[in-house]
Amino acid sequence: MAIALALGVQLVQLTLVLVLAPLLTGLVRKLKAHLVGRQGPPLLQPYRELARLLRKDVVLAESASWLFRAAPYLIFATTWVAAALVPTFAAGLVFGYAADVIAIVALLGAARFVLALAGLDVGTSFGGIGSSREMMIASLAEPAMLMVVFTVALLAGSTQLSSIAAFMQGAGVGLRVSLAMALVALVMVALAENARIPVDNPATHLELTMVHEAMILEYSGRHLAMIELASFVKLLLYVSIIACVFAPWGIAVSGQGLAAYLAGLAAYAGKLALCGFLLAVFETAIAKMRVFRVSDFLGAALMLGVLATLLLFVSRVA
Amino acid sequence: MIAPLALDIAHLFAGGLVLVSFMLLYQDRMTGLINTFALHALVVSLSVAWQAYIQHAPHLYITAAIALGIKAMVIPIALHRIIVRLGIHRTIEPVVGIGLTMLAGIGLIALSIMVMLPITAQAGTLAREDLSFALSVILLGLLMMISRRNAVSQVIGFLSIENGLILAATGAKGMPLVVEISVAFSILVALIVIGIFLFRIRERFETVDIHRLHEHRGEQP
Repeated sequence: MAIALALGVQLVQLTLVLVLAPLLTGLVRKLKAHLVGRQGPPLLQPYRELARLLRKDVVLAESASWLFRAAPYLIFATTWVAAALVPTFAAGLVFGYAADVIAIVALLGAARFVLALAGLDVGTSFGGIGSSREMMIASLAEPAMLMVVFTVALLAGSTQLSSIAAFMQGAGVGLRVSLAMALVALVMVALAENARIPVDNPATHLELTMVHEAMILEYSGRHLAMIELASFVKLLLYVSIIACVFAPWGIAVSGQGLAAYLAGLAAYAGKLALCGFLLAVFETAIAKMRVFRVSDFLGAALMLGVLATLLLFVSRVA
Repeated sequence: MIAPLALDIAHLFAGGLVLVSFMLLYQDRMTGLINTFALHALVVSLSVAWQAYIQHAPHLYITAAIALGIKAMVIPIALHRIIVRLGIHRTIEPVVGIGLTMLAGIGLIALSIMVMLPITAQAGTLAREDLSFALSVILLGLLMMISRRNAVSQVIGFLSIENGLILAATGAKGMPLVVEISVAFSILVALIVIGIFLFRIRERFETVDIHRLHEHRGEQP
């Protein structure tokens, strides 16, 4: 019975992340447009874009290999599995016992590796630039992410996201400077990983500044739809990790009734809306930085992560 | 016994001080550097005031007030004036190898924690973390003094070391008031002397870039 319940929660979660991810992106776009005094596209525009792309034919470059065609599905699959591992509205997911937060980082790293290869595959110079910049960003963002994971895992005594969420809800956490640093570092990493504004501009096709868009320039049709959906899911995934680790209130634990699950869903929707709003405000308020400044930005994130881990050893023993 | 929350807040301030020390290493603009130093002094005075509250040591409030008045207000304002009169308030100082400096800073913090925690095993929790954070702040100040070329930045590195010393003294059940006041005044006198020196260096060599002095000593730059 318990396994059936956990399986059910897992299935709901799998569909939920897929359904909500375009909505979150649509919300951020809408809010950003409103903040600069525009009308903005409707909230459901990302769904329409995906539907349109799925209907269209694929145009393949002559030099494209099998890797180019397989990459969108691999990227989407790994990102989706990673998103299914984060407790969003309920803890106790079936997959959650098989994979911890380090596995999530590894899955995202695999997706990025495949994407960079696909960017190089066709042999255009933009794809190459995009891939090399993506790798430069990743080489700093991934260690920073792992340091944040270590900080939280050392505190909670576990790398399972469900246990971390349970620990964070308990009274033993207190006020910790390490957690504040880890939160700032995680937000910086999330901004870089999702190609948001200080690092990359998600709305532009201006060649000299783009990173993510440069890699997927050659994609079209259903391939592009898969990659776009994967990037929507990735944004949702990072928001969910931040919400799950630093604001785990309202997450239903297995064994509670239907009402708890519904409350968890409502709390999750509220957290998503709040994070989307904050992201839109932040992106409107700040300017994009030069590509060569990105290493400073992410170096600061890495430094915060290392500092957070180091300061843990001085703090009181929980 | 001190309540866990009170200890956490003390930890927050002391950890914040280490973080601001890192921000000092990171700043490359003169005005930003001086403002960050004012923040450094503000955090140290908050930290001392909080520890005065939880240790029930009223004389520490005076230490906090001195730190707030002299180091968070008088010295930054004086430094702002000095850099305006020296005409270097708009210069961007080339920080050599910011990544390497950061890595060295992280290494120094790890070192000070590894050194301090074993040898203070018998002391109270508050004293232990104060001492290890204070040693980190002192080492970061020294790192700043050796990694910067501009004389004003080196002065700020020197002043941040003094903030670290105050933190260390606070953890060790406070220091006598006479010592604290004399230290505060000697810092002020040091600032005046350093200020005069800066002008003399500038008059003599038309720059406050320390590397130019090596040539006059007969060393190769």
